[in-house]
Amino acid sequence: MLGPQQSFASPGAVNVIGALLEQRTGQQIAANRAWRIETALKPVLREHGLDTLDQLIARLAGERHGPLADAVINALLNQESSFFRDAGVLEMVAEAALAIQAEHPGRRLRVWSAGCSVGQEPYSLAMLFEELAVSRGLAMPEIVASDVCPQALVRARAGRYSQFEIQRGLPVRRMVSWFDSENGEWVVRPELAKRVQFRCHNLTRDPAPVGKFDIVLCRNVLLYFSASVRRSVFDTLHAATRDGGLLVLGAGETVIGQTEAFRPSDRFRGFYVADSGQASLTRAAVR
Amino acid sequence: MKTCLVVDDSKVIRKVARHILETLNFTVREAGDGREALDSCLEAAPDVVLLDWNMPVMTGMDFLRALKESGIAQKPKVVFCTTENGMAYIRAAIEAGADEYVMKPFDRETLQSKLQIVGVA
Repeated sequence: MLGPQQSFASPGAVNVIGALLEQRTGQQIAANRAWRIETALKPVLREHGLDTLDQLIARLAGERHGPLADAVINALLNQESSFFRDAGVLEMVAEAALAIQAEHPGRRLRVWSAGCSVGQEPYSLAMLFEELAVSRGLAMPEIVASDVCPQALVRARAGRYSQFEIQRGLPVRRMVSWFDSENGEWVVRPELAKRVQFRCHNLTRDPAPVGKFDIVLCRNVLLYFSASVRRSVFDTLHAATRDGGLLVLGAGETVIGQTEAFRPSDRFRGFYVADSGQASLTRAAVR
Repeated sequence: MKTCLVVDDSKVIRKVARHILETLNFTVREAGDGREALDSCLEAAPDVVLLDWNMPVMTGMDFLRALKESGIAQKPKVVFCTTENGMAYIRAAIEAGADEYVMKPFDRETLQSKLQIVGVA
């Protein structure tokens, strides 16, 4: 019997599917995670009446941009997330946002959740902002959330979560305050849903969204990119960030040694601050 | 090591919860109903109680009310763990003083997450 880390997939099949994923999303499958391809794609094979990865590849050769390719990409992207993931970090983000908002009462703060998967991060931020901003009489920041995966965004916009998903990280008081129970699922209330604008955005290919953001969260996304793609993504994130704005990365991620566009913030520890005009220098150094 | 009192009339649920809690480094005690659970708390208060709703002798809700009136100085955190998944039940539990609420079926991640939220894991 084969263990979970052994694969029936041929190296050729792994290469073709890995190349498709990288072409469409910039993400790479590490060699030691190649075994996951077959596990992740089993439901896609079943749904499309295919028996083997080789059959899948043959079909993909004729339709690299059709629904089958979309389903493959959707299955391969890691959509694991939870509400209030690293809750302490999100609370610091909310405190930082509201501190900045209090200093700039004339404009509404903008926050970008890049790589939002099925929406738990932006909805968690919206809950925190609602609770803190309202109690302090501050304007509610604008939240833009993006992901490369259209299917993830469909779920995010619907704001509909299973019983397992809703219980991971979300305190029960917030659950009853912001979600309704419908047929065994939990649906975000309209008053919270309207606080988040979801957009399809490919960090490795699309230009930065229009308008500058005061805080950009890009947590647990960069680890899937090669070093050169990461540099380019940092430039995109920098282009989207207001001078002096903040970048928030995942616990195992850093800008140090990877880009000059951001530096550790002295004021908000653990976050990074955008340096003005540095992204073009980074690009020049790379070339 | 933190102590968790698992209160459920199902031996199977207690066994599953014990297994998960032990992997989370909890010392586990068990009770089969609310009355047993209250006696256990009066003897030595645990850090957290994982509490079923529907049980013979004394329900989870009656246990919670009795615990509040018990005079135990260091009250344990109380996490309901029940198949009662309706909003009315959840709101009633919160109003009665429950700290968290787990809807069955649960898994390790759910339990760990809720125990982290109440500050014992």
